[in-house]
Amino acid sequence: MALPQAKQDALAARIAGLTLPQGGWLGAARAEALARLTAMGLPGKRDEYWRYTDPSALVAPAAPKAALFDPGDERPAFDGIDRVKLVFTDGVFDAAASDDPALAGVEIERLAKAGGADIHWAQGLYGVLEARGQVPVARPLAALNSAFATDGVLIRVTGRASKPVSLIYRHESETSDAILHHCVKVESGAEFTLLESGPAAARFCKVLEVEVADGARFHHIRAQGRDHERRAVTHVFARLGEGSLFKSFTLTANGRMTRNEAVLELTGDDAVAHVAGASMGDGEFHHDDTVFVTHAAERCESRQVFKKVLKNGAVGVFQGKILVKPGAQKTDGYQISQSLLLDEDSQFLAKPELEIYADDVKCSHGSTSGAIDETALYYLRSRGVPLRQAQALLVLAFLAEAIAEIEDEAIADDIRSRLEGWLDRHAH
Amino acid sequence: MLEINNLHVKLEEEDKVILRGVDLKIGPGEVHAIMGPNGSGKSTLSYVLSGRDGYEVTEGSATLEGAELLEMEPEERAAAGLFLAFQYPVEIPGVGNMTFLRTALNAQRKARGEDELSAGDFLKLVREKAKTLKIDADMLKRPVNVGFSGGEKKRNEILQMAVLEPRMCILDETDSGLDVDAMKLVADGVNALRDAGRSFLVITHYQRLLDHIKPDVVHIMAAGRIVKTGGPDLALEVENNGYADILAEVQ
Repeated sequence: MALPQAKQDALAARIAGLTLPQGGWLGAARAEALARLTAMGLPGKRDEYWRYTDPSALVAPAAPKAALFDPGDERPAFDGIDRVKLVFTDGVFDAAASDDPALAGVEIERLAKAGGADIHWAQGLYGVLEARGQVPVARPLAALNSAFATDGVLIRVTGRASKPVSLIYRHESETSDAILHHCVKVESGAEFTLLESGPAAARFCKVLEVEVADGARFHHIRAQGRDHERRAVTHVFARLGEGSLFKSFTLTANGRMTRNEAVLELTGDDAVAHVAGASMGDGEFHHDDTVFVTHAAERCESRQVFKKVLKNGAVGVFQGKILVKPGAQKTDGYQISQSLLLDEDSQFLAKPELEIYADDVKCSHGSTSGAIDETALYYLRSRGVPLRQAQALLVLAFLAEAIAEIEDEAIADDIRSRLEGWLDRHAH
Repeated sequence: MLEINNLHVKLEEEDKVILRGVDLKIGPGEVHAIMGPNGSGKSTLSYVLSGRDGYEVTEGSATLEGAELLEMEPEERAAAGLFLAFQYPVEIPGVGNMTFLRTALNAQRKARGEDELSAGDFLKLVREKAKTLKIDADMLKRPVNVGFSGGEKKRNEILQMAVLEPRMCILDETDSGLDVDAMKLVADGVNALRDAGRSFLVITHYQRLLDHIKPDVVHIMAAGRIVKTGGPDLALEVENNGYADILAEVQ
């Protein structure tokens, strides 16, 4: 079916200022992505998966202006963690501010540099998982990303990485419009941790494609924010091999509009995929977690744990689906989405979905939204814990199940201290 | 220690008067018991003293060592030395028992201008107190009261009391839901804390707890007032004859 004229026009306006680099294996992948995008058009409010989140700021021809953010005396995320830092300023790799990539003990290449070759390992990955993730739910902004990404890194891990790679984003221009595309391939039996942090740009579109081969382990921890005015859409596409492990945790603090999509496909038997998020919003805050987990093999386990703390009119959205394909027996799927509404002005919209075509599976889902437990608050105070501290303790307790998805204790502590800092700054 | 004068309390949300002029004076080191039929206002008295929301004091006062209790926030009352062992201890998923205890103790110390206890000193303190209450390491690690049996919850209340070392302890039906052995364990925990500077107010329905925690004074509460005060024998009288005779007598 041909795209309606209005959608064609909107797409033309959005991509008018973008360039499609030609040549090499990457040029071909970009051209295919553009073809996908042209067939789909940009998302609109009437699209099923955009009913709760207005995509207009994400699809507008130019990035809405976003004031730069001063983090004050807060330490940068993952400050005390030994890691290899790769810095992107307004979506452009900043070699001078970065560590020597060789220190990580893994192959790291910049997208633009690797793309010119005729053949490359990333050929089997770049835009490939994104394309697979377009069915049954269209993700046009991911296709736009694959076509027009201006920068990014390709990481290949063959053994055990000596330290995590930390992608650090910096926002220095009020009108920056960044499109980054990263690929990570964790080869059979290898293990790798990827960290991401910082405000990236006024508007940020990101795709991360991750191939976790048989028996490989991948850990992903990111701290988004605390810039208030950003508009961001991010996607993680992952494919898991036999006996592999994928764990992704995202902390989102502030942000006028953030949509985090995770599309995970368990293709090898006995694979484990966990995706978790803790988000905190005060005032003008819209945060959307859209997750799609496909079980296509036997005895796989998936967990989705999403917790949101909302106040002063903040809005949280969760759209999570577990699809169990025919033959994916002994699947163990779990999904929980919860919001803690700190006042009566905030809102949580949840759409949990299960679609199961195998008969020997265990799948559960739950979604709740509620206020802080007044009885627990009184109990804590009666033991001498001051009101604000008691509230913070209960909020952290609410978030604990999501934070528990971070395996590394030092990183979990870092995330916890950032949450405490946020609660302290946003106490009544 | 604790002095309550002519305390009148109603529910905040409805016109239901619960306490109608409670007078009570507990000296340092004394153990007082309050008994009384259901609905007489015993638990309300404990909630109002500890600062729970939902009650309105319409008349009267309550002071702890001369300080006006009713004007303080619940946490200030705790720091001032008041402790309520809950009839129904609250479950707090996600907050570890140790974290809870340490946060509470250090918050109180901070409020009193004392140094916070180091992690090592705190651990030592808790282990020592927990041992006498037969609270194992697992119970200390678990989230506050989550999955605890009735007896474990009550022992956990006494552990908090032992660690926080309040001067005025109110025990609200601490014996409810306990078997004989558990009651003895809890009573031993309480008795270990008795000293000349610490007072207790024990709210109970039954004489049997008072066999283990021997009171100096026993009060009978009915219809929101203390209607009779006596020695330990008064509790025996209730046990043998019920409240009817006493209530008829005072009316």
